Order: sequence, then structure tokens, then C-alpha cells
Amino acid sequence: MTGISHRMSRRSLLTTGFGAAAGAAALSLTGCGTTGRGGREQIVVAIVSNPQMQDAMSLISDFHRQHPNIDVRFVSLPENEARAKITASVASGGGEFDVVMISNYETPIWAERGWLADLEPYIGETSGYDDDDFIPTIREALSYDGRQHAVPFYGESSFLVYREDLFIEAGLEMPQQPSWDQIREFAAELHNPAQGFSGIALRGLAGWGENLAPINTVINTFGGQWFNTDWEPMLNSTEVVEAVSTYVDTLRTWGQPGAATSGYGECMTHFNQGNAAMWYDASAMVSGIEDPRSSTVVGSTNYALAPVMETDYSGWLYAWSLAIPETSQHKQAAWDFITWMTHPDYFQLVGNEISWEALPPGSRQSTYDIPEYADISGHYAEPTLTSMENATQQNSMVHEVPYDGLQFVAIPEFQDLGTRVGQQLSAAIAGQQTVEEALDQSQRFAESVARTYGWGN
Amino acid sequence: MNVAAPPETASATVHTAQAPRVKKVTTRPPKGPRRSSLLTTFTWVVALLFFAPVAWMVLTSFKQESAAASSPPSFFFEPTFDQYRNILSSDAGPYFLNSVIATAGSTLLVLLLAVPAAYALSIRPIKRTQDALFFFISTKMLPIVAVIMPIYVIAGQIRMLDNILTLIILYTAMNLPIAIWMMRSFFLEVPGEVLEAASIDGASLVGTMRRVLIPMVAPGIAATALICVIFAWNEFFFALNLTAANAATAPIYLMSTMTSEGLFLAQLSAASVLASLPVVLAGWFAQKQLVRGLSMGAVK
Repeated sequence: MTGISHRMSRRSLLTTGFGAAAGAAALSLTGCGTTGRGGREQIVVAIVSNPQMQDAMSLISDFHRQHPNIDVRFVSLPENEARAKITASVASGGGEFDVVMISNYETPIWAERGWLADLEPYIGETSGYDDDDFIPTIREALSYDGRQHAVPFYGESSFLVYREDLFIEAGLEMPQQPSWDQIREFAAELHNPAQGFSGIALRGLAGWGENLAPINTVINTFGGQWFNTDWEPMLNSTEVVEAVSTYVDTLRTWGQPGAATSGYGECMTHFNQGNAAMWYDASAMVSGIEDPRSSTVVGSTNYALAPVMETDYSGWLYAWSLAIPETSQHKQAAWDFITWMTHPDYFQLVGNEISWEALPPGSRQSTYDIPEYADISGHYAEPTLTSMENATQQNSMVHEVPYDGLQFVAIPEFQDLGTRVGQQLSAAIAGQQTVEEALDQSQRFAESVARTYGWGN
Repeated sequence: MNVAAPPETASATVHTAQAPRVKKVTTRPPKGPRRSSLLTTFTWVVALLFFAPVAWMVLTSFKQESAAASSPPSFFFEPTFDQYRNILSSDAGPYFLNSVIATAGSTLLVLLLAVPAAYALSIRPIKRTQDALFFFISTKMLPIVAVIMPIYVIAGQIRMLDNILTLIILYTAMNLPIAIWMMRSFFLEVPGEVLEAASIDGASLVGTMRRVLIPMVAPGIAATALICVIFAWNEFFFALNLTAANAATAPIYLMSTMTSEGLFLAQLSAASVLASLPVVLAGWFAQKQLVRGLSMGAVK
């Protein structure tokens, strides 16, 4: 009897389980497609899981209130995974996404291939959108053939944060725009490894979006370049060797522990927890450094422009932006969502509902006129805007180059090439090879790319 | 009360009249208390080393983000349930539901296919059994990353991207070879006399399977099912590349808590604890069956 009931229960359990799984799968399948819950139009938005984007996700009820007929589903992933997934989807016409978050690196390349919808008609028909309010350098970087194919959600340049309290205590004075020589002197003065305190924090983690971003600005300001106007690779030129040697030596001598594996997040944590005197990185750092929930150094910091050598400015230019893939079947609904997330009204919403520190920085000039934001951003608003407005090749490079971009080379091959070069430089930071060896190898990588652009043929 | 026997000596020298030559017989020395305690200590150290990351994850999940990121790490802190509250109030539900559907669906399909296949490859071997077995296992030799692009393109062409059915099919294909090999080793343990007896009693093939074979290898089925559940529940690569908003699973939710611009360790730890719980609980409940099942194929 026991055996029979045991068998019966196992069989019924199997049947029930299989039925439940099949039923749930069927339910799930019916939920797929282009029509969302309650017959609403569904759009899928792929974004990078940075704090400002997570804020937008938490405020989505405001969009639903304005557009009750549109159902928004988010796919939120860390930067590298999001970039790979969005690239695969858009390049192969996968069509999973109606809105994608991309940067000023992808926008002109993808627009040239016809993968992105031209946003000019949508912008022109949207009253109160005020396209002219976007920071001009960012707007230009997101255009192809004079037409905008993405709109910025937040933008950034690079600058230097430093512990003003420690500088005063040590009798040091940070200029508004220091040189790399001065940075090295300050780092040497304040470095205290016995206390676990480093003179400076810099990225060392391999990746074109990691260590190469700050290193490329140093190469630019030392007069270096990736390719000359004939597409001849220049990565082992005297200027590049000097620039990279300066960066690597500064980091190895006065930088944070585990430098070769430190990315933006690790440097942020290191500085936030009061373990570094300076940090040169993205201007978007303010959202972490000035947030008392995660930072222990709020109120004791100040900011300076990116360190220079041979150029007037040295900051990079980057913007997380929203675009519509050509494959989207819901372009108007997608634009309605983009409008909501990049409209001047959104900034008021974030300020009132979350906090004024959480405003997406560096996209609209009017952000810096909002009184509540001006009150808290007094010490970093000006360096942010100055850096962004001057982040051009004319201001930040010595020689003319055949490519667009400051901290990246705006060619499709750069994701792979940049990551390989970043790995070589990371190995030099770890002390596994010399800077010269790393750059000689990098030069060979660059030569194979240069041939596709006509060099050496 | 028995008198305790004297302890065995480490070695004995045996002299016999018939064998005047001295012959040394060496026996294995018994494990002394000192050696035993050393082994115990070593075992504990290894176990703690393996458990330390898990313990650290659980500990971190009860911290605030700033405490989780502090250097040096803090062992004493004010515990908080904030991270769990955040996850439970977020949109994590559909991710976990998708994981349940993909895991349960694929595991049931695997068992439905693997049990008859393993039967045919063990109890009633077909022609070229070894070739068939090698074919099954050879499908595991190609790295998944080598085929992801064709799978992605095909799934896109037949409009199966971001569809839970795609994951169920792929997870079934992923686990089927292992399940067939495991089930085959369990079937080989069943004595042939039992099957002959069932046959003499007039049991049909289906009857023999249901009433004799399946009950005998039930622990093996449980072990196979658990392995399939673990692999499907933890699968990340297919889920990352083939799903978006509708079919994303729990590992994708874990990844979405990470950010390159901000602190996330505490939130990620709490999400990891919640994602680990179902598999840990399933293993705990099936512990007895599992131990029997996993040792079945090993005991001759």
C-alpha cells in the first residue's frame, strides 16, 4: 500500500511538475512579443546598470503615468556585457531592443552603417525638447553627417579630484590646471604606504574603456598619437613612450595597491574610503564621491582640470546616450521614452524624487542653472563644464590625426585593438614587462589594423 | 567484561621450525591518534577554506554598501536587511520564475529522454553502443562560445530570441549527454537476474521499467536530476546572449546588480544568497537519495 501510494505520488508529482512547467512556459510565451500587458505597446530598453540609469528605472511610473499605453521593459547589464550584447543585437539585426544605450564611440560608426534611426525628425516634432541645450561638443559627437542619431543621457569629461584638507595640512596648493610633473610631486609628498594611503589612484585594469581611457589623454597631452595622417602606427614613438612611462611610473611608485587590476570601480572605492590623495578619472565620479551614503570624503575634496603637458586641455569626452535601432518596430513609442528620459523636466523629477546630487551630469547646459544643483555642485560644476566644452582634438592634441575621438580611436577595430594594447600596458603596470616592450608589441597590433586603412600597401 | 586486547604491533617477526629463515612480515601501521588528529585538522582547514567565500558572501549581504567596500574589511558591523528588502521590492521575481521554468522544464525533458536512452545503451545494448555513447559525449567537446553566434542568428530568424522555450531546449541539449552517461552507469548496476525474474513473471518492457528498474535506480534518477537542476539553474552564457526582457534568468539578475560606476558588493551578495538557496535546499532535501545515487555507480 505504501509502495503504491509512493509510486502514485511520484507519478502525480512528475505529471504535475511537467504540467506546471509546460503551462508556465506557455504563459511566458504568450507574454512575449510586441504587445505588452493589457494590450499595451511594449518596448524593450537596453541600458548600462550605472547609478543614474537605475534611478531612471525606479522612476518609470512617471513615464507610465504620462504614457499609459506604453509598457517599458528594461534590460540592465554592466558596461562590458551591455556593450557586447547591444552590439551583437544591432549588428546582426536581432531586433530585441527598441532603445539602446550607446556612447559617442558607437554612434557615428553605427549611423554610417544605417543601423540607427535618424532622430532629427523626432526631435523637430517634440515641443519643449530644446535640443540646443545639449552641450555642443557632446551633440556634435552624437551626430553623423550633421544629423543626430543619439541623444545624451549623461556626459562626462575627465578631471582630477583631490583631498583639499590634506593638501592644506601639507602646505600644498593644487593649481586649477596642474601639469603631470606637479601631480608626481604631490603624489610623492602625500604617499604613505605604511598607513595604506596612496598618493594617487589611477586605472590599471586592461580594457579600452578602462586603463586606455586615462592613458590616451596622457598620450595626447605629451604630443603622442595612435596613427599619423598616413595611418602609420605611432605607438612606439618617443612621445608615446614618455607619456606611458610617466603614467606607469606614477602608478607603480605612488599608486594604489593592486594597481594592475584596478578599474573605475576599484579606484572609486579606494578614494571614497579615504585611501588616496588624488584620483584622475571620469568627471562622472562626482555622483559617487559627493554621495554621503557611499563616500567618507564628502566635504573634504576639490577638483582640478585634467593634468596637461604640451596641450591647453587634456580631458576626454564621453556620453552615455540613447538611440533607436533601425530594426525597432516601435520607433515612436521608443522616442516617447527617450524624450521622457532626456527632457529638461526629467531633471526636476530626479531632483525632487531622488536627490539633486543624482542629476545626470554633463548632458544639458541648463542642468547647471538649476538653483538646487548649483548649490551643491559649486566646486565641480565649473571644471566639469570647462572640461567638456574644451574636449576637442584641437585643444587636446598636438598633431593632426586621421581619426575621431580623444580617449579612443573611432574605428570599428578599436574595441579589439584597444583591449589588446590595454592588456600590454596592464602587464607593464604589473611589472611583468617594460613599457618599451609593451609598446613594441602594441605597435605590431596597430600595424595589422593600419594596413586595412591603406598604410604600408 | 572483556579484557581489552593488546594493541597490535607495527610489525611482527615470525619464526617457524619448518622455515628456519627469518621472514619479516610487515603490516600497515594503524592510524595513531596523532596522525588522525592531524588529518582531522587538515580536513577542517580545507573545508573552511572552501567555505570561506560562501561565508563571506552571506556576511556581506547583511552589510551596507559602504561597509561592504571598506578596506580593510570589517568583521564587526551593524547587520541590516536593506539589501534583501531592496531585492524583494525590485523586479527580481520574473527572473527567478524564468529560472524555475527553464530548470524544471529542461530537467523533466532530460529525464524523459535520458532514461529510455540509457536503458537502450545498458540493459539491452544496441549495435554500436560505444559509438553512440561517444557521440553523446562528443557534443560536450565543442566550446559553447564557438556556436553561440549561429545559435543566436538561427534563434533570431525563427523569432525565438528572448523566449523561455529556447532556453528549455538548449538546457535539455546541454544536460542530456551527462544524464545519459550517468543513468547508464546506474542501470549497469542492476543485477540481470532481477530482470530475468521479472521477464519470467510475464512483465512487459514498460512494466519492467516502471515496477522494477525505475524503483531500483530511483536514487540515481534523483542524483541525475539534481545535477541537471544545478547546471540549468546556474547557466549564464546562453541566458546572457539569447534573452533580453522576457526570458532573462536569475544569473542575469545577479549581473544586473553590478555596476562599473558605484558600489554593489552588498546588493550582489544578497542576490547571490537568494539565487543559491533553491539549489542548496534541493541538495539538502535530497541528501539521502543523492549520496546513495552518487555512490551507486562506484560500488561494484
